[in-house]
Amino acid sequence: MRNTLLFLLMILACPLLSMASQEIAMADIMRQEGKIYVVVAVMSVIFAGIVLFLILLERRVSRLEKERNKD
Amino acid sequence: MLKNIWKAAAVLLVFYSIYAGLVNEVPRLAILNETIRNIYFHVPMWFTMMFLFGVSMVAGISYLHNFNLAADRVSEYAARTGLWFGMLGLITGMIWANYTWGTFWVSDTKLNGSAGTLLVYAAYLVLRGSVEEEHKKARLSAVYNIFAFSLMLVFIMVLPRLTDSLHPGSGGNPAFSAYDLDKRMRLVFYPSVAGWILMGIWLLQLQLRIQRLKVSSQS
Repeated sequence: MRNTLLFLLMILACPLLSMASQEIAMADIMRQEGKIYVVVAVMSVIFAGIVLFLILLERRVSRLEKERNKD
Repeated sequence: MLKNIWKAAAVLLVFYSIYAGLVNEVPRLAILNETIRNIYFHVPMWFTMMFLFGVSMVAGISYLHNFNLAADRVSEYAARTGLWFGMLGLITGMIWANYTWGTFWVSDTKLNGSAGTLLVYAAYLVLRGSVEEEHKKARLSAVYNIFAFSLMLVFIMVLPRLTDSLHPGSGGNPAFSAYDLDKRMRLVFYPSVAGWILMGIWLLQLQLRIQRLKVSSQS
């Protein structure tokens, strides 16, 4: 009786052991096909646009400050 | 030009974090999958907020020391900028939560604490708006600021460590604290935090310069 119970338990444990070898889904395919660089490019363009705006704003403020200091 | 080198550093660090954050390898963890990369963007928002709130508190204390209104101006705009970053942190966190937990919000210590912090600092701005006289406004704001900062530390850093939570870094979840963060991720995470803090300082500095121009044109 006890031996059959133990045997059953070991069979049930097998799927649990195989879980460790299961693949964790990641974006490997995107990276293999180079598509990840599209994501990088989009985010970089957006950030570059924001930075450009900041630089232009910075220049405008500097110009105003120079005029202020002249007076 | 050389005095603006830190701004260039800020931009380069953030660009690096965008590239490396998406392309570099990360630990393959269940449930999180690729969203683990959120740590490179969502967390720096909060660090920048805490840094700016720290600047705000120090400037407020400086005002109480010298009664120099310039310090009060720094205090106000640092709090405003910090609030912006906090809101971005909250929104990016909610987007991440929807993908990982299936809901935009859960009643969790860290989440409620961070939302509470934002409310506390929004109240700081309301307090400022309610007082007309400049020095009285500055005095009240500086004192409230000290309480607000202390509350923030409690809400964001103390309380979440005392309770179990779904949020990464608490309970049984993969921790993202300085002691547990994967070495490959640290290479991207720390530069990202540094870059965004510098960006926050740049944004603060621009606001202060514009405000100074406004004040000098009025007088």
